[in-house]
Amino acid sequence: MIFLVNLLAGLLFGVGLLLSGMANPAKVLNFLDLAGHWDPSLAFVMGGAVAVTMTAYRLSSGLAKPVLDDRFHLPASRAIDGKLMLGAAIFGVGWGLVGLCPGPALVSVLLGAPAIAVFVPAMLVGIAIATWLKRSPATLEKA
Amino acid sequence: MPIETEFTPVASAVGGALIGLAAGLLMLMNGRIAGISGILGRLIMPTVDSKPAQALAFVVGIIAAPLLWTAVLDRSVAQTLTDNLPLAAIAGLLVGFGAAYGGGCTSGHGVCGLARLSPRSVVATAIFMTTAILVVFVSRHLIGGGP
Repeated sequence: MIFLVNLLAGLLFGVGLLLSGMANPAKVLNFLDLAGHWDPSLAFVMGGAVAVTMTAYRLSSGLAKPVLDDRFHLPASRAIDGKLMLGAAIFGVGWGLVGLCPGPALVSVLLGAPAIAVFVPAMLVGIAIATWLKRSPATLEKA
Repeated sequence: MPIETEFTPVASAVGGALIGLAAGLLMLMNGRIAGISGILGRLIMPTVDSKPAQALAFVVGIIAAPLLWTAVLDRSVAQTLTDNLPLAAIAGLLVGFGAAYGGGCTSGHGVCGLARLSPRSVVATAIFMTTAILVVFVSRHLIGGGP
């Protein structure tokens, strides 16, 4: 059941990305291009997504635990630290270079663009390196 | 040269609402944040609590979405993307590294985090929006020839 929920949530998320235009990097770059042919559509994606998510999270905050799990798995960190800021800055640079972030990249895997075949494996390597760095004791001490 | 795209407020807001429904479903049922970089991290760098099989089911769902889209709507997905493969590789590495190092991407910080009113996510979203806008400005208006 829990796998079915995850599969369905992934499908919904993916269809949402396709319908919204987020899966088209040209649209993403035009949103980010304030000085060019600015396309404000993605502000509507974010607005719609945040409004519905916020409503659902309000509902879930009334529950002692999720329906199919024994507890809520919420981010533990509350620190606004160097890792958060450096990571976000680097992420933004990569996003601005080609207009792809992780969700739209994944939803494009079966669409056959050569750039996706390069982008997705590189993204997985990046995630693996950063996760490994964050878990190693040396970086924990420095942070 | 950059191509113009059509302003699509209704489709974009409805698409966003579907993304929100998915995020809400995942929290209500599974107690998890619908952050794509986080879900990929749970899958490829598993820990005791990361439940990689659940993460895989979500990833399969996202990847399969275009099949459902084409089957139901009988039209292909419009996508215009760079053909500069070295640039795509560098961008992929930066996106993956930055999202995992900063604890989230457009979905984890930009949607789920903002919906939780998380101060970390507000800061992260402001920073990645700013650097992305700067990179697009530099590549399109200062250097030129950007995608």
